[in-house]
Parts: sequence; structure tokens; C-alpha cells
Amino acid sequence: MSGLRELYQEVIIDHSRQPRNFGVLLDANHHKEGFNPLCGDKLKLYVVEKNGVIEKMQFEGSGCAISVASASLMTEVMRGKTRAEVEAIFNDFHQLVTHGHNADVESRLGKLAVLAGVAEYPARVKCATLAWHTLKAAIADDPQAVSTE
Amino acid sequence: MMIDFMTLRADFPLLQQKNRGKPLVYLDSGATNQKPQSVIDAMNQYYISDNANIHRGVYELSERATYQYEKVRHDIKEFINAAHTEEIIFTAGTTAGINLVAQSYGRSKLKVLDEIIVSAMEHHSNIVPWQLLAEQVGANLRVVPITDNGEMDLEAYEKLFTARTKIVAIAHASNALGTINPLKQMIQIAHAHNVPVLVDGAQAFPHMPVDVQDLDCDFYTFSSHKAYGPTGVGVLYGKQKLLEKMPPYQGGGDMIESVTFARTTYSKLPFKFEAGTPNISGVIGFGAAIRYLQQVGMQNIAVHEAELLAYATQQLVTIPGLKIIGTAAEKVGVISFVLDGVHPHDIGTILDDHGIAVRAGHHCAMPVMERFNVPATVRASFGLYNTHADIDALVSGLKDVLRLFK
Repeated sequence: MSGLRELYQEVIIDHSRQPRNFGVLLDANHHKEGFNPLCGDKLKLYVVEKNGVIEKMQFEGSGCAISVASASLMTEVMRGKTRAEVEAIFNDFHQLVTHGHNADVESRLGKLAVLAGVAEYPARVKCATLAWHTLKAAIADDPQAVSTE
Repeated sequence: MMIDFMTLRADFPLLQQKNRGKPLVYLDSGATNQKPQSVIDAMNQYYISDNANIHRGVYELSERATYQYEKVRHDIKEFINAAHTEEIIFTAGTTAGINLVAQSYGRSKLKVLDEIIVSAMEHHSNIVPWQLLAEQVGANLRVVPITDNGEMDLEAYEKLFTARTKIVAIAHASNALGTINPLKQMIQIAHAHNVPVLVDGAQAFPHMPVDVQDLDCDFYTFSSHKAYGPTGVGVLYGKQKLLEKMPPYQGGGDMIESVTFARTTYSKLPFKFEAGTPNISGVIGFGAAIRYLQQVGMQNIAVHEAELLAYATQQLVTIPGLKIIGTAAEKVGVISFVLDGVHPHDIGTILDDHGIAVRAGHHCAMPVMERFNVPATVRASFGLYNTHADIDALVSGLKDVLRLFK
């Protein structure tokens, strides 16, 4: 598969067209805005966390296919995860999109592995990680808005 | 003189390479353009045989470097038809020129509640320096709106003038929309209110003949790197009578006449505004770029790029779902567009895979994006080396975008 076909494979196009868990979550106990000033990607992330476990997560906003698909996949994967698990997945995901294919990392990440192709396009890593940095700041209750710059 | 633009491409060594395994199609000259061999050679030659600090040495080498540097000032004065060589001030680029005027002219002339007119199509570099000035002196920014096709709203412009208006700062051509503004008319209106005008010429200077006396602008600023010269060099043109009264912007060597701890007196123009050792090799490279432009001819370049723009516009509108942002009657070779259902950033990546370099983003003109209610656009911008084949490649790349996202 060429780099480009891998980057824009069906799962990614599908999640960018029909993002899962999209919309405001009124009972969120964490929420955060993320912004990529370079390309204008913007998202708001809403998290319901109970007893250290992510119960629900939703997002809204607009952006490129990579940033929307990454946010959509993240909200699916994070449901039911503890803070420690969130941290571990974050680190694996970051490793994947910056360094590319790695069998161990991909087996741990499951369907998130579709984003491995991003590593070939360094300029797009920020798109893929915007939602993730926003999540990290949201559960840390960091008062600053997240910006990739 | 007839110029065969097809052959000019060979003057640009960088354009001979491949991008992601495909022949490079460079459509980002609005960001920076590529350099002809003669510019690269001139800079190399300077370091190989003429490098010395200027305006100081009594030795031959320094005299030679000084001569070459000052020759470029003279050549640029001729090129833009300034009245005096001292009106040409070397800067680090267009942004530096605007900041110089905002801080030197602006801070000495503007007071609390005075007004600065800018337009809604400005690059951030012709907005932020004025906002900084406004904060420093308590002045206000007034913004000329733009019409739906991306033209300056001249009626609204004229109404913005009040007794408090102290300066107008406008682009000659918009980097995000391509619009060429009716400068002469806008300058006449400002002058009728006794208000000076600064022109951000970054996007116009490399694409058409510029005559500062004919325009009657008070300041005109441009960059070398968008005009086939090296980065880190630019020019601020200012009318002598204004520049003479302006206080220095930065202090340092070269801009003084005498220094004691009690009192420093400053050099005459243009050196008053050129503190420190300048970018000598950059200026010499810019000089070579000007010679290259003169050989090709600015009128020839304007005609060639207008023809490319017409062809590209005609081809792009055939792509389903494509909308051009900025459809002014007078445009430089810049086409900003959006495509239904596909984010500009994704388009940029897919085109890159076809060897095509375009810009995707807000083009440092966030107010323009807001005005047209888009988060970003794709921008293809042309230089004298572009051809119909480049535009055909763009169209074919965009068809592939549609296939991937269908």
C-alpha cells in the first residue's frame, strides 16, 4: 500500500465523514478546547470521569480528515479506561504516529493502528495528536487552552 | 522583447528535482519563490572573493563590498522609480519594514484616540505591528471591509477617514485572495485627507512593474525572497521628507555620526535606519535577482502570470465542488480555493504525493478566512517559471483527491 493510500484508508475516511461520539456532553466533568493554529483545526472535548474511570467522551469541532478520525477513534477506545490506561495508550499512540509501524505497539493499540501511516508525513502528526493532547489537558484540568503551536 | 517562458525554468536549479518521486510542481511562490542560478552565483562569488564589512574599511576589499552593496541600492531606486537613492532602506523583509514605520513614524506621530486604517484582507504582518502601536499610544484600528468577491470596499474606505486618521496601511495585492487593490485611487483619497499611506508590496512587487512616484505612496515595503532573491532581505521605500523627520528605529553601529555618553547624533539617510552590519550577501543576491527580473521584464512577467491565472481559473472551475475564494477582477497569480467535503490540509498532503507543492492553511490572514467563513483554503500561487503543465498536474492531482474521498 502506498503511503498515501495507507494514510487515507477507508476506516479513516469513514470516521472523518461520520465521526463517532460527536456532539456536546452536558454532564461532562472535564472539558477542554484544542486548537491547531497552523491549519485551523479546532475541537472541544467533553469527558465524564467517575471514580478514576472514563465513562464517556464526546467531541465537537472541525478539522482535516486525520484530526477528526483520530478524535473519533480516540473517543471509542478510551471508554471504560482508567487514568493509568489512558496514559499508556497515549504514549503508545504518540510512539506510533511519530515513529511508524511497530508490531508490539500496534497490537496493544488495536484499531488505532490505522493511523500508523501518519508517521510518514511529519507535518500531519499535529493533526493526529490534537485530540490526544486535548484529552491529556482535560483530565489534568489544565486551565490553559491546548494549542499545537 | 518576446520571452520564451518555457526556457526560463532551466535557470532555476531547484526546480529540476523530484518531490516524493515525481517531478516537482512548485505552486507556492506566494510563500517564497525559487532562485535562479545567477542569484546563487552572486552570493557565492561575494563570499569567495569580496567579503568584508562595509562602510568602514580603508582597504580595497571593503571598498569593493561597499560598492556592490550600494550599487544594489541604486539599482532598486531605478527599478521602482524612486526619486532619491537615500529613500531605499534595506531591511530584513516586508515585516521589518512595516514594523519600522509603525514604531518610528507611528510612535512619533500618533497620540491617544488617533486612528490607523488597515483592511480586512491584510496579512497578519500588516495588522499586528499596528495593533502593537495602537496599544502603545492608545490609538484605534479601523478596518476597511471587503466585498464578497474579495475586493476592497472603496465607499466604506472613504467613510472611515476622520480628523483623527493618521496613517493608512494596505496591501498592494492580497496574499490570500490575489486581489490587486486600486492603490492610486486609495492613495489619492488618503492624501485628500492629508493622511500618508504605507503599502505592503510583498505580493505585488515580484509580479508587476512598480513605480512609487506614479503611485505617490508614502512608504512601500517588499521582500527579496518573494522576488527570486534570498531570504532575510527587504526594502523599505519612504519619501525623503518623511524619512528625514522620523526618529531612528534601532540603535547601533553604522547609524551614528558621533557617540558620546552625553549625546549621540545620527547618520543621514538611509544609514539612520540601518543599524548594525546588514545582510550584505543577501543584498548582493537581491541585486542579482533584480537584474534577472529586468532581463525578463516586469511587463512580460505580468502578462505571463495573468495568462496562467486565466488558464488555471478556467480549469479549476471544472472540478466538481471546487469554489474559488477571491474572484476580484484584478488579481495576481494566486488562486485560493476550497473543495466540498475535503479539508485543505488533506488536499495539501495528497497533492504533495503527486509532487505538487501548494499552501494549505489560513495564509497568515485569519480575518480573511473568517470573512469568507472557511477554516482554511488551498492556495496555488504562480511564479514566472510556472507553465500550463504545472496547472494540468494540479487539476489531475485534485481529481485524485476526489477519487480518494468519494
